[in-house]
Amino acid sequence: MSNRKKWFSLDLGPHNKKKSSGNCGCSNPQGSCDSGPEKEELNAEEFYEAAINASIGDERRKDGFDQVFDVQMDRRDAFKKLTASLLIGAGAISSCTSVIQDPDSKEKAQIDWEEQFKGNYKLMTDEEKKQTVDRLMRSYELRTGKNISMSSKNAEEDVLFGYAFNISKCQGYMDCVSACVEENNQDRKSQMQYIRIHEMKDGKGFNFNEADDNYYHEVPAEGHFYMGTQCFHCDNPPCVDVCPVQATWKEEDGLVVIDYDWCVGCRYCMAACPYDGRRFNWSKPEVPENEINKNQHYLGNRMRKKGVMEKCTFCVQRSRKGKNPACVEACPTGARIFGNLLDPNSTIRWVLENKKVFRLKEDLGTEPKFWYFMD
Amino acid sequence: MRQLKVIRSLVIDSLDTITKGSKKYHLWMGFLTLVMLIGMYCYSIQLDEGLSVTGMTDRVSWGLYISNFTFLVGVAAAAVMLVMPTYVLKDIDFKQAVLIGEGLAVAALIMCLAFVVADMGGPSVLWHMIPGIGVFNFPNSMLTWDVIVLNGYLFINISIPFYILYRHYQNKEAKKRIYVPGAVLSVFWAVGIHLVTAFLYQGLQARPFWNNALLGPRFLASAFAAGPALIILVLAIIRSFTAFKIPDKTIGKIAMIVTVAAQINLIMLVSELFKEFYAPTHHSESAYYLFFGLHGKNALLPWIWTAIPLNVLATVMLTFGKLRKNPKILYFCCFILFVAIWIEKGFGLIVPGFIPGPYGKIAEYLPTGIEVGVTLGIWALGAFVFTILAKTAIGIELGELRFKLKQTES
Repeated sequence: MSNRKKWFSLDLGPHNKKKSSGNCGCSNPQGSCDSGPEKEELNAEEFYEAAINASIGDERRKDGFDQVFDVQMDRRDAFKKLTASLLIGAGAISSCTSVIQDPDSKEKAQIDWEEQFKGNYKLMTDEEKKQTVDRLMRSYELRTGKNISMSSKNAEEDVLFGYAFNISKCQGYMDCVSACVEENNQDRKSQMQYIRIHEMKDGKGFNFNEADDNYYHEVPAEGHFYMGTQCFHCDNPPCVDVCPVQATWKEEDGLVVIDYDWCVGCRYCMAACPYDGRRFNWSKPEVPENEINKNQHYLGNRMRKKGVMEKCTFCVQRSRKGKNPACVEACPTGARIFGNLLDPNSTIRWVLENKKVFRLKEDLGTEPKFWYFMD
Repeated sequence: MRQLKVIRSLVIDSLDTITKGSKKYHLWMGFLTLVMLIGMYCYSIQLDEGLSVTGMTDRVSWGLYISNFTFLVGVAAAAVMLVMPTYVLKDIDFKQAVLIGEGLAVAALIMCLAFVVADMGGPSVLWHMIPGIGVFNFPNSMLTWDVIVLNGYLFINISIPFYILYRHYQNKEAKKRIYVPGAVLSVFWAVGIHLVTAFLYQGLQARPFWNNALLGPRFLASAFAAGPALIILVLAIIRSFTAFKIPDKTIGKIAMIVTVAAQINLIMLVSELFKEFYAPTHHSESAYYLFFGLHGKNALLPWIWTAIPLNVLATVMLTFGKLRKNPKILYFCCFILFVAIWIEKGFGLIVPGFIPGPYGKIAEYLPTGIEVGVTLGIWALGAFVFTILAKTAIGIELGELRFKLKQTES
C-alpha cells in the first residue's frame, strides 16, 4: 500500500499520523468510513488512488500495456523514472553497440547503471527491495564468480529489539569485538570496530575520561572493570533527524539502519551521535575474500564502499532470523543479553523487570534501547 | 530578441574585459590558476583514495573544510551590512561599495558550496539531495535548511547586481521598485543564512561545546566584523589599482560597522569564557582543551592564543576614532581582525566540538598537506571568481563597458 510517503516530509504535527488507506472495518468500499468530510480534502488523484486501493488493492489487474503505460505516478516518480530510463538507455546503448564487450560485462554495466540511479531503500516497495538485492547478488557473482546470499527481510510485527549489558560479568576479553568484525565485514585495513570496551579503574565509578578503550594486555586486569559501548539504537535517535537525505532511519523493530547506497557522506549524523556509535569509511573498505561473511542483509553486513557511514545494526541479518547478534553469541561470560522487548517472556524483559538498570546520558532524551546492569 | 542580443554582447564584452589587463593583473590571475590547479590535483587524490588522505578520523570527523565553510558563510552574510544602508536607508554613500560587497558574497558562497562538496564522502551521489529526484529531509535536517538558504542567498546576490549592471550597461537607470524589494529580502536572508548555519551546530545535544544559545548571535557578531573588514581591504586594493572611486567616507562608515560588531563579539566572548571557566562542568572540557589543553594534548593552543590577542588588539585600536581614521592602521586592524576571526570561528569552533569525544577520548586533529592544498585551491577559486566579477562590475560602472547598438546590428 502507498501509506508511506515517498517525498520529503513537511509533517509538523505528531509524526505517526498515518494516511487513511481505506482499510477500516466498515463495509464502505469507497474508502474509510468517516470519509464524508475528509474526502473533500483529497484531490482527485489521491481519491482515485484510495478508491482503487480499497476496491482491488495492490494487485491491480490490468493488461500488460496498461501495467506499463497507465501507472499512477506523481511528478517526482515520473521524473525519476524518466531520468533513470534515459540513463539506463544510454548505458544499454553504450554497452550493446560495443562489439568487444561480452554479455557479462554488458549485464554488469546494466546493473551498475541501475544501482547508481536507484532510489532510497527506506522508500522502496518490497518488490523494489528484492530487485536491488538480486542485482547486488548478481553483480557480486559477475565480479568474483562466487555467490553470496543477501536478504531484504523486513521487520517482523510485534518485535522491538533491546539489549542489556551486565557490567559485573564482562571481563574485557573482546571476543565480541572480533566476532562483530568478522560477522559484519568491517574494514580490516583501518581496523574499524563498532564495539568499544572501556577498561575502568575500580573505585573511580563510571569514569569514561580515565578509561582506556584501546588496551593490549592480559585481561581481566587487576583492579579494573569493563563496560562495552556500541550503537544504542535510540528510540529518539538524533542521528536520524539530521540526515539531509534520509539515508538513515529507525526500522519498525527499533533498529537504526543506514542505506549505504543512499548516504552522501556528509557525516552530520556522526557529529549528532552522543554515543560514538557511528563509523565512516575514510577509504575503500578491504576484507580478504576468504574472510567475507556471505550471509548478508541489505541493511546489515553487505559490502560497503568508501565515503559512506556504517554502524552496528544489532546484526540485522541474524536478529531478523531469530538469532542473537554475533557479539551476544561470542561473549564467553554471558554479559550480553539481547531480545524482543515486546515479548513478556524474553530474557531481556526479565532483566529490565528484575535488575536495577540504567542507561548512558539519559538526560539527552535519546531513549537508548541499551541498558546496563550489575549482578 | 533584443534582450538576448544585449546579454550576448554583455558576455562578449565582459570576456573581453576579464582577459585583458595590466601585467600585474595577468600575474595575479595566473597565480590563482596555478593554486587552483594544485588544489584540483589534491582533490583528485582525495577522490581516488577517499577522505583518509585528510587528517579527519572517526573521532574528529569535521575539520578544515567545514571550518572554512562556517567562516565563509559569515563573510557572505556580511554583504548585508552594505546593502541595508544603500538600498533601504537611501544612503548614497555606499552605492559604489555595495556592488563589490555583493560580488564578495557571491564568491564567498561559491567557496562555501565548494568546501561542502569537498567534505562529502560521495560527491557522485549528491543528486540524492535534490528535491524532486532525491529525498530532501526538510524540515527535520538543519542541513537541508542550509542548502535552501545558501542557494537562495546566492541567487539573490547574483540577480540584484546583475540587474543593476545590466541596466547600467545599456545606459539606463536601474529601476528602484524592481531591485529594492530584492535588497530588503536579502537583508533578512543574510541574517538567516548565518543563523541557520549556527543552528547546524547549536542543535546537536551530543556536542556541549556547540549546544549553547549564544552560538547563533555570536556567529552574527563575528561575521559582521570579519566580513566588512574584508570588504575594507578589498576596497583599498581596488582603490589603488583601478580608477574606481570609493570615497573615504564610505570606508569610514564600513569601519564603524566593523568596530561595533567587533566590540559586541568581544563582549560575547567574555560571556562565553565566564560561563565555561567560572563554574566549570563536565561540559566545559572542550573549552579547557581549546584554551589550555587537556592531559598534555594541546594542538590548538598556538591557534587560539594567536586569535585572542589579535582580536582584542584590533578591537581596542578600532575603538579609538583617531586610530581608525588613519588608513594604514585601519587596514592593519582589519587584517588582524579577519585572521583572528577566521581562526576563532573556523578551527577554534569546529575542532574542539569533537574533543574530547563522546566518551572523553582525546584524539587530536591536524590537517594534512592534501587538505591544505584543496583548501587553498578553493580560496583561490573564490578570489578568481571575485576578481572576474569585480572587474566586469567596475568596467560597467566606470562606463568602459557599454552596449553599442551598431555592434550587434551590423
